[in-house]
Amino acid sequence: MPSVVVAGIEKRFGDTVAVDDVTLEIAQGEFLTLLGPSGCGKSTLLRIIAGLEPQTSGSVSIDGRVVDHLRPKQRDIAMVFQSYALYPHMTVSQNMALPLVMRQLTLAQRLPLIGRFLPGSRGARAAIEARVREVAAALEIDHLLGRKPGQLSGGQRQRVAVGRAMVRHPRVFLMDEPLSNLDAKLRVQMRAEIKELHRRLGITFLYVTHDQAEAMTMSDRVAVMMEGELLQVAPPKTIYAAPADMRVATFIGSPRINLLGGVVRGDGAVEVPTAVLDVAAGLSAGSTVTVGLRPESLALVEVNGRDTFRGTVRAVEHLGADLFVHAEVEGAAEPVILRADPAAHDGLAYGDAVCFAPRPGAALLFDGEGRRTGLDVPAPCGPSPALGLRLDDAAFRAAGPMTVPRPVDQWR
Amino acid sequence: MSGHHSLSPFAALGRHATLLGTALFMLMPFIWMVSLSIKSPGEAFQARFALWPETFYGVENFAKALTSVPLARFMANGVFVAFAVLALQILVAAPCAYALAKLRFPGRDALFALVLIGLLIPQEVLGLPLFILFHLMGLLDTYAALILPFSVSPFAIFLFRQFFKSVPDDLIHAARLDGLSELAIVWRIMVPAAMPAIIAFAILSVISRWNNLFWPMIAVSSEELMPPSLGIVFFRDEEAGNDYGPLMAAATLVVAPLVIAFLAAQKRFIEGVTLSGLK
Ligand SMILES: Nc1ncnc2c1ncn2[C@@H]1O[C@H](COP(=O)(O)OP(=O)(O)OP(=O)(O)O)[C@@H](O)[C@H]1O
Ligand SMILES: [Mg+2]
Repeated sequence: MPSVVVAGIEKRFGDTVAVDDVTLEIAQGEFLTLLGPSGCGKSTLLRIIAGLEPQTSGSVSIDGRVVDHLRPKQRDIAMVFQSYALYPHMTVSQNMALPLVMRQLTLAQRLPLIGRFLPGSRGARAAIEARVREVAAALEIDHLLGRKPGQLSGGQRQRVAVGRAMVRHPRVFLMDEPLSNLDAKLRVQMRAEIKELHRRLGITFLYVTHDQAEAMTMSDRVAVMMEGELLQVAPPKTIYAAPADMRVATFIGSPRINLLGGVVRGDGAVEVPTAVLDVAAGLSAGSTVTVGLRPESLALVEVNGRDTFRGTVRAVEHLGADLFVHAEVEGAAEPVILRADPAAHDGLAYGDAVCFAPRPGAALLFDGEGRRTGLDVPAPCGPSPALGLRLDDAAFRAAGPMTVPRPVDQWR
Repeated sequence: MSGHHSLSPFAALGRHATLLGTALFMLMPFIWMVSLSIKSPGEAFQARFALWPETFYGVENFAKALTSVPLARFMANGVFVAFAVLALQILVAAPCAYALAKLRFPGRDALFALVLIGLLIPQEVLGLPLFILFHLMGLLDTYAALILPFSVSPFAIFLFRQFFKSVPDDLIHAARLDGLSELAIVWRIMVPAAMPAIIAFAILSVISRWNNLFWPMIAVSSEELMPPSLGIVFFRDEEAGNDYGPLMAAATLVVAPLVIAFLAAQKRFIEGVTLSGLK
């Protein structure tokens, strides 16, 4: 039985569609990441699953039970917020204890002063305190229990927020960009810790981020969302190597994928600026396609075959282990970026003429609507075909090249 | 004392002289009150201007003020009424403000407009209708008559709403996930988070209750219900006549708690006034 099922969820705020008919199934104990640029509706979807925001239409089930009519508390979900949302006037230990206090003490027992002396109160409170200590020790924040959130660093606050979500055993763990406020180094460290936490707890995690490095390193599967639409749900490797949509291809990978306009020839090959690629397009002659080539699937070559691009160097980025060459290709809208071996091509300079060719089978073809095409394309989704990808052709708006901020810790 | 730009000694001197002069001007009636409270009846009416009396008559004046009228009783009434009103005001205003700030329901904006209108109606206008209402309810000349008309404060609702609006939604979402009811959110999250606003309001509310003369004059006639402000008026009519020394002693005693409270909590007080002015 899947842990969470999101079926046809739509959310409108007036005229804006924040979440557009999203269908998604999360397996028991899975770590699923919702990845997408800022403002694409990730937080909104998370709030709908948690019951904090009513959906316009669609339905959410948890552990096989429809929960649309249940209040957040009854859904038994824990959430770590983008802003951590710690109660500023309570100490760390009070913050972490509150979910238990509200669930395990009666209204009378919760009363200030008097509540402490009611029968059963003392034992229940001691149990809660013990649990808080246990969680705090696991997160290595036990020395901070007496402090207020204002006296903590960002990383410590983040741990407290995780601790507050962990003290009870929720069915599902939702995390909304928990690392976005941390510096790069701490982010990498926390990434590993959250992953470890997931392994230890064995609970279903739904993790939201706009950072592809996080998504790629932590997840069992990644769900890519854009403009409210779910574009693809697949394991990280598939998302990178076989994106189902041009927008996914553009969003994932840094430096970003090269996109070149091409036309299918009579012999089935695709003609692109300065080269002809022998890709199995499987399309009728004359149809236009977009060819996607990752920087690392292009290599500088000496020989000049028909699949060889000819360009002029416009920039050379030396990153130590890698060398990125920006080459202007006649007829291409933007310079093509390719990765080269810094040892072999150190001498490249502005204005040099270069030849480069794609590795066999590396080219990704997209049709006029931005969908993956070609003979080698499998069914357009990951493990669960019925629920993976939904593409509404009509809704597709050619988003144009999307600029993605390059994360500090590069993933490629 | 040095600001960001260091003034020339003369400019600094001029500035302080101006401030001091204005302060003295504002404080003059107050100083005169204290001065009169320690003068003998004869000296009080002398043409000669002196702050310190030739013969110190303070003990007699204060003794008379304390013994001839139940001043302690007036003060106790004042404290009880002020804090009862404050408690009710917060009890009513906090949930209202939360609903207006954070819940989405039809008619919310219209309701808030009504609160703003309530803010504009001066208390004096309501004097007569309230008098008739309390007469009909048979509550005139009771503590209830002193307390209930002020239990709903549009100003408190407005002030708290502005403050609650600045509390991030995520905090409320977290509270709902943690299992807090809406009322629990108000009392466990919103009110503590808005403590500066609550304190600001508490200060202003207590002061205006303590100093208010208009409504108690209408609402109560029994001596044992009178708040201090009304007590002084009563004292002048009944006891003192032209005997200003004891009257001023009584006035000094009535103002003293506020002054002492102000000196003790000066920082909070100024915070409060600026908060309620800006927000
Ligand atoms: N309460 C609201 N009223 C109106 N529009 C809203 C509201 N909440 C969100 N939106 C809109 O819905 C869209 C999705 O917002 P959401 O917060 O889900 O984005 P996000 O993917 O979480 O972005 P980020 O990565 O910046 O957190 C945005 O266009 C936003 O402006
Ligand atoms: Mg968000």
